Amino acid sequence: MNKMPASYWQKTSRLTAWLLSLWLVLTFGVTWFARELNAYTFLGFPLGFYFAAQGILLCYLGIIVHYSRRMRDLDAEHESEAEPE
Amino acid sequence: MLASLTRLQRYYLYYTVVFVVFVLILALLERGGMPPRWVGYAFLVFTVSMYAVIGVFSRTTDVSEYYVAGRRVPAFFNGMATGADWMSAASFMGLAGTLYLQGFQGLAYVIGWTGGFVLVALLLAPYLRRFGQYTIPDFLSARYGGNTIRLIAVFAAILASFVYVVAQIYGVGVITSRFVSLQFEVGVFVGLAGILVCSFLGGMRAVTWTQVAQYLILIVAYITPVALLSYNVTGNPVPQMVYGQVLSEVSKLEDSLFDSPSELEVRDLYRERADLYAQKIMQLPHSLTQERERLSIQINELKSSDVQMREIVRLERERRELPHDPVQARERWEKEMYQAVERSQPPQRHAEAFPGATQEERDAQRINFLALIFCLTVGTAALPHVLMRYYTTPTVAQARQSVFWSLLFISILYVTAPAYAVFAKFEVLSHLAGIPIAKLPGWVAAWAKVGLVSIEDINGDGILQFAELSLNPDVIVLATPEIAGMPYVVSGLVAAGALAAALSTADGLLLTITSALSHDVYYRIFRPQSSTQFRLVIAKSLLLVVAVLAATVAAQKPGTILSMVAWAFSIAGAAFFPALVLGIFWARATRAGAIAGMVVGLVLTIYYILRLEFGGYSWLGFADGTLDPWFHLQSTSAGVFGIVAGFATNVAVSLMTRPTPQAAEFLERIRRPGGRDER
Repeated sequence: MNKMPASYWQKTSRLTAWLLSLWLVLTFGVTWFARELNAYTFLGFPLGFYFAAQGILLCYLGIIVHYSRRMRDLDAEHESEAEPE
Repeated sequence: MLASLTRLQRYYLYYTVVFVVFVLILALLERGGMPPRWVGYAFLVFTVSMYAVIGVFSRTTDVSEYYVAGRRVPAFFNGMATGADWMSAASFMGLAGTLYLQGFQGLAYVIGWTGGFVLVALLLAPYLRRFGQYTIPDFLSARYGGNTIRLIAVFAAILASFVYVVAQIYGVGVITSRFVSLQFEVGVFVGLAGILVCSFLGGMRAVTWTQVAQYLILIVAYITPVALLSYNVTGNPVPQMVYGQVLSEVSKLEDSLFDSPSELEVRDLYRERADLYAQKIMQLPHSLTQERERLSIQINELKSSDVQMREIVRLERERRELPHDPVQARERWEKEMYQAVERSQPPQRHAEAFPGATQEERDAQRINFLALIFCLTVGTAALPHVLMRYYTTPTVAQARQSVFWSLLFISILYVTAPAYAVFAKFEVLSHLAGIPIAKLPGWVAAWAKVGLVSIEDINGDGILQFAELSLNPDVIVLATPEIAGMPYVVSGLVAAGALAAALSTADGLLLTITSALSHDVYYRIFRPQSSTQFRLVIAKSLLLVVAVLAATVAAQKPGTILSMVAWAFSIAGAAFFPALVLGIFWARATRAGAIAGMVVGLVLTIYYILRLEFGGYSWLGFADGTLDPWFHLQSTSAGVFGIVAGFATNVAVSLMTRPTPQAAEFLERIRRPGGRDER
């Protein structure tokens, strides 16, 4: 158990936790105020409608891209610690 | 540019070109006088035989190929296959329709179904891939140990997938019955054949490559009609960009139309009708006898006078079709009453979020909206047929990338669906409402025949009011080409796309059910010593049996597609999500905790759905009527309770029991770095 590269797992969980909370805020926090956001207009759409129909999807894609990149770098950093199977 | 593509990408590019050329040729033939029916047949035969060719070429007798496509599917293609696997008949046909009917409220499906992929990317896909076995029950059994949890997982996987696959095959029946005029039941079994050619011989390998082919067809088919419609209405062929303007037009039309005197009159008439039914229900069983007597008197009066026979026959049929007993009468009249009540409500404005007359109603809508999102996200992240796809990439890093591709390919459709809804609503409000019923366009009658559109001139003014029109959600996408007056070839294309969506999802689901039965139950529990060859024979025969069973159920036409699918999400979410996530991120989770959590989550979810949906059926033991919804939540959000209870039970029981001994070793294995070369 001690030989396990704890720092890799710690970094992974920290990254996961922060992206997950970002996801939570976007999905449930911003959406909660959709009615209020609809008072503003964006690209011809009521803002709350736009965010739910398109904006949030772009944010989701961004989260996944960021995660995938960061994890690739982390993997490269810690490659030497990985034990052969 | 062509040279920079991989061999596979080039193949699929050629394939897409061939398909587009095929569509263009059909368009020319149609202009030359080919009857619409033949266009429909041509699409059906051409696409299904393409899938069959891919299916036959990908046949295999290797177990790893059959269950996980040999783990050789590149991230890009796995993303595409997941897209097709994921997007079902409900996404293709039902989503735009739901958005049409519910406006903003329908966006919960868009958010929920895409947001789930963030959970898949962050919490599940990389770990499943690093674990690298065949099924989700495999993963749970390895983490927690023992066969009990494997069996519960198999049960939940089959339950969720079976409901889902029935919905897909039902969708195939609707499509074929409309576009090639087959009888619904015959269409269901044609769909069955289409599913089997893809999956029977080649398992996951064949399903993967046909799913990629099906994705390409379904996305072309989804975008084409709405792009044409958008070009007609706004002059811009990118509907996703411009429908904001159309939406504001819709809002203006809504303002002028919804409170016009004739609309108010119609809604009042529906309210009166609802009251009438309510009275009749209250006076049961007396009202039923009264009804029968009234008809009898009328018939006798007519018989003694010399009116036409037809009128008498009509009344006699009405008398025959009266409910037989008070129980049946109550059931039927309640249904009629709810329909009338629904039509008497003022319609919702399309862009309005959480609509309601009072603050309390608005809050209930908001809670339902967020709860549905919660269920759909968690359900998405727990559906076995989607998760299984992440076993098929070559490396862990590719599994992570492929979630990105999946979401990208899925989003293309989900960004388009709200545009569909807005354009359709614009057409209906500007070209249908207020038109004399005799002059309605032909598609209304055509779809009314299939039972997906119904109009009723309740105030008898000969003009269609918005409240007199009711559309089944499935009809929006299927009828858009006709609504916009496009040639039939576009309708055929849409049908081919809907078929692709239904078939691809059905394939993935069938494979999940089959591998749960053949790999988890037969091989892992029942007979671990059986030869690989015999395991494949078992897998293939089970596939056949399950497919026929699903088609038989679908032929009974149960429920509407979308609500059935939403139940599958709640079931899968409640059963799998807590056990999987706690299993990966919390070393202390124990076998007893996981089992208790899964059972509690499942039972609670199923109980809630049954109580809310089938409360009036005494044979289920719920004779006391339907349950009052908890916190105003509809049955499609049943998973909220199941998932929360599942987490809570899992944690509580885990803390009370001793840690699972093999957990540490297992976690060390899946939490290790290294994104490459893990075969």
